[in-house]
Amino acid sequence: MARITAGIGSSHVPAIGAAFDHGKTQDPYWKPVFEGYEWVKEFQRKEDPDVVILCYNDHASALMLDVVPTFALGCAEEFAPADEGWGARPVPMVMGDPVLAGHLAEQLVIDNFDLTLMNHLDVDHGLTVPLSLMFGKVEQWPVRVIPLAINVTQFPTPSAERCWQLGAAIADAVQSYPAGLNVQIWGTGGMSHQLQGPRAGLINPEFDNAFLDKLSNQTDDLRKISRLEFLRESGSEGIELIMWLIMRAALGDKVEELHRFYHVPASNTAVGHIVLRPVR
Amino acid sequence: MRTRLYSLEELDDIPGTTVFTAMRSRQAYHLHKFCMSLMEAGNRDKFRLDERAYLDGFRMSDEQKQAVLDRDFNQLIELGGNIYFLVKLSNTDGWSAQRAVGSMTDMTPDEYAAMMRAGGRPIKGNRSIRGKN
Repeated sequence: MARITAGIGSSHVPAIGAAFDHGKTQDPYWKPVFEGYEWVKEFQRKEDPDVVILCYNDHASALMLDVVPTFALGCAEEFAPADEGWGARPVPMVMGDPVLAGHLAEQLVIDNFDLTLMNHLDVDHGLTVPLSLMFGKVEQWPVRVIPLAINVTQFPTPSAERCWQLGAAIADAVQSYPAGLNVQIWGTGGMSHQLQGPRAGLINPEFDNAFLDKLSNQTDDLRKISRLEFLRESGSEGIELIMWLIMRAALGDKVEELHRFYHVPASNTAVGHIVLRPVR
Repeated sequence: MRTRLYSLEELDDIPGTTVFTAMRSRQAYHLHKFCMSLMEAGNRDKFRLDERAYLDGFRMSDEQKQAVLDRDFNQLIELGGNIYFLVKLSNTDGWSAQRAVGSMTDMTPDEYAAMMRAGGRPIKGNRSIRGKN
C-alpha cells in the first residue's frame, strides 16, 4: 500500500523563483534563503519519493477569475508552468499521477470533501517554487505531483479546522491505495506577509515561530486559529498557513521534526520551512 | 440564527487592510480579466503599444481604467482588485513584486526595501484600529 513518509512545509515566494531562475542564489541577499534549503535537497536524494501531494494556492493564474474553488485537485497527466506576466518559469513540465489522483478524488468526495476536479491546470510559482527549492535545478522533476489548490485569496477561505480534516482524510485515502508508493505531502505558502494596502510589509516572527513550534505536538491550538486571527496576526496573505495544516494532519498524531528554517525577508515575506516525519 | 466566532465587521478593524470578498471579486471581474489577459506575451505588447485603447477592450469602469493607467494599486484595491491579479500588471511593467507592494505604503521603494531588510513592518500597533494595538 502507499505510505506518506514525510511532510514538508515551505514558503513559495515568487521572488525566490526569480532569483533561482536568474542565477542569483549566491547574491548576499538571497544566499541565506537558499542555504536554508540545502539540507532538504540532500534529504530528497535519499528519500526518493514517488509522488508529492502538493498543497498550494493558485495566484490568479489558472483559477480565481471565472471559478473560485475552495479545494481543487489536479487530475491531469501533466501541468504546464504558467506565464504570470513575464514569461513562464524555465522549469520542467510537472508530471501528474492521474491514477492516484482519481483514487483521492473518489475517496475524498466519499468522505464529504466536495472537491473541484481539474482535468486541465496550469501551475504557477505557488507550486513550482517549492519544487525548485526541494530539488534544485533539474532537467526533469524526480517526482510525480498531484496539485491540490486551496482558496486562500478570497474570503472566506476554508477554516484551519476544515483543512486539518481534509489532511486527515488524505492520510486515509493514501493508505487505502494498493500500489506501494512513497508519498510525500507538502504544505506551502506563508509565513507572515501582507502584499496589499498601507499595512503591506507586515511580518510577525512571534506568530510564525509559535506556529512552527506547535506544528509537531500542539496542533489543537493551530486548528483553532480563526481566519480573523490569521489575517490580523500574520497579514492578509499569511493565511496561506492553513495549507500547512493539511500537510500536518496527513502525517497522523505523532511526528518527528527533522529540519527547520526561518528567515526574514524574501521580498515581502517571512520564509519558513520545516520537514516532518510521521512516527508510527 | 447560527452562531459565528466573530462578526464579519471585525474584518474592517484590521488597519490598512482590505479583505477580498466574493462581492469585491465580482466588482473587479472585468479589471481582473484585463489583468489575466497580460499572461500572454502578445497581449502585453498590445497593451504597451496603446494602454488606453487596450483597456477600452474590457468592460471595466472608467475609474478602474484610470487607476490602471496611474498604476495606483491602492485605488485598484479600493475598486475591488486583488494583488494576485494586479501583479500581472506590475510584472508586465517589469516591476518586482516588492516595488508593486511597496507602492501601496507611504514609503519610497528604497525606504520600503530597507524596512523589509530590517525585519518588516512590526505587528505591534498594527493589529486593530479599535484596540490601537
